[in-house]
Amino acid sequence: MTSALGSAPTGRDVRRARPTPTRAHRLRWARAAGTGWLYVLPALVMYAVFVLRPLALTIQYSLYDWNGIGVARWAGLDNYLTVFTDSDLLKIIGNAVILIVFFSFIPVALGLLVASMVRRITTGAFGTVVRTILFLPQVIPLVAAGIAWSWLLSSNGLLNQALRAVGLGGVARAWLGDFDTALPAVGVIGAWVLLGLCTILLVTGMSKIDPALYEAARLDGAGPVREFLAVTLPSLRQEIGVCLTVTIIAALASFDIVYISTSGGPGLQTTVPGLEIYRLAFSQRQVGLASALAVVLMVLVLACVLPIQRLTRGEKP
Amino acid sequence: MNLSRREQMTGRVFLIALILVTLLPFVSMLSAALQPRGTVPTGLAWPSDPQWGNFADAFTAANMGALLRSSLLIVAGVVPVSVLIATMAGFGLGQLRVPGGRLVFGLLLLGLTLPFEAVVTPLYYQMQDLGLLNTRWAIILPLIGLYMPFAVFWMRAHFTNVPVELSEAARVDGSSTWQLFWRVQVPLARPAIASLTILLFLWTWNQFLLAIVLVDDATKRTMAGALGAFQGQWGTDLVLLCAGSLLILTPTLIVFLIFQRQFIKALIQGSVKG
Repeated sequence: MTSALGSAPTGRDVRRARPTPTRAHRLRWARAAGTGWLYVLPALVMYAVFVLRPLALTIQYSLYDWNGIGVARWAGLDNYLTVFTDSDLLKIIGNAVILIVFFSFIPVALGLLVASMVRRITTGAFGTVVRTILFLPQVIPLVAAGIAWSWLLSSNGLLNQALRAVGLGGVARAWLGDFDTALPAVGVIGAWVLLGLCTILLVTGMSKIDPALYEAARLDGAGPVREFLAVTLPSLRQEIGVCLTVTIIAALASFDIVYISTSGGPGLQTTVPGLEIYRLAFSQRQVGLASALAVVLMVLVLACVLPIQRLTRGEKP
Repeated sequence: MNLSRREQMTGRVFLIALILVTLLPFVSMLSAALQPRGTVPTGLAWPSDPQWGNFADAFTAANMGALLRSSLLIVAGVVPVSVLIATMAGFGLGQLRVPGGRLVFGLLLLGLTLPFEAVVTPLYYQMQDLGLLNTRWAIILPLIGLYMPFAVFWMRAHFTNVPVELSEAARVDGSSTWQLFWRVQVPLARPAIASLTILLFLWTWNQFLLAIVLVDDATKRTMAGALGAFQGQWGTDLVLLCAGSLLILTPTLIVFLIFQRQFIKALIQGSVKG
């Protein structure tokens, strides 16, 4: 997220090294700065009009009671109070947090496992095929992933067919429609989408580790577990940070998969903040509450992502 | 690399298992799509008489021609403009180092982790005020803005690594800033621009939330948004739904397979930087 931040040389150093600027020089510099702004301006305007302005409006709406049409009534922090006390809304935020386990922890853990065993995917044709296939879920729309998995997990789907084939027909069920299994089932879809990406990122990072480190660990008599903890994990710190950042955002801000596969049901079992914002704002016309939830979601994402950035971006040991 | 043979083997086995799991949903969808219309398919079963005609039915039912056109129009509206203005801004921030650039950059960083859900409600009212609801502009304009944090960040990272001496040399030769940008810097930035183009194409094509909120008419949406509508309409006809979904996937899949190498490079770099 901030790879270029610390290392970028600032323009100031370059300028300071110059001899004392003459008047003409200074004039030219000022003109150049003016032209420079012309380059930045279009991007900045689009960003300001279609991101910063709506963002400010979301914060403003969140302080009002508004049905989207009539007159808005000042509500102060009431909407936030509702977000933090309403048991349904708390459950919905909780669902997103539970999804982190499936969207983030499972792909990263499995990815690490594969990476530490494979160390590098062969460069030849096999490697290309592996990479291409593992990236497929990243390329297709999440909506398609949702449809494919809804079918696979349905009563007549592949999973139940397989269970019946091995004599476990008793556990077969509509996985996405069952109160107990719906949220984990949605989580599995997310894990499927993100697993390939994490694996490739981690294996790519793995291939950059100096093999001498492993030789040394082996000579010191380290077993596979020690080797993993002492060499692999610290060396992959940055890649793990990237995987966690991408997947946690995907979990907390999930919308497409849930909308398609369960629409949040059964009950509120799989409703996530993204879906609830959509529903509150556009079906129930509670724009204020929807906006407060949106602000909370935004802060939640930052609260999860910033510490990870801080922990994993530092110098490699 | 001192891996024991057994470890290597287990690694391979895991990798192959992973590949099978990745492919399974597609295969199961294909198996359902080839069943006779009107039957209720079960799990994974190769039909005795595969009904390839289902794809033709789905093509008509999904109005694929119109969908493709709509998605292409949206991509054409979003990607070139985004890439151009992001490249210019990256050049301004990374090479020209305009005064106050750090502030602008900080503002942009703010948007880097922003979930689209956080701005979609005000965007709806904004588009309503502009009279653009239910037009493709309602998707195009916000997407350009929403891509700016990542895109400018990406291009700036490239331009900060180009030595300033290059620009100075061009200046001594008497070229204007625009000539410097267009003739010297842009050609050098081609790999970064190519990766950015690929990522933005993919994200636009697959954009769902903005499409379903801001545009009601499925034939004016992105592919992903249209697929959502298709599911709403044909959700009970599993055979047709699977055939239609596969059909809607195909264009991206083809583009991905052709530019496979660049795609993977872009996705890896994209997630590392983004």
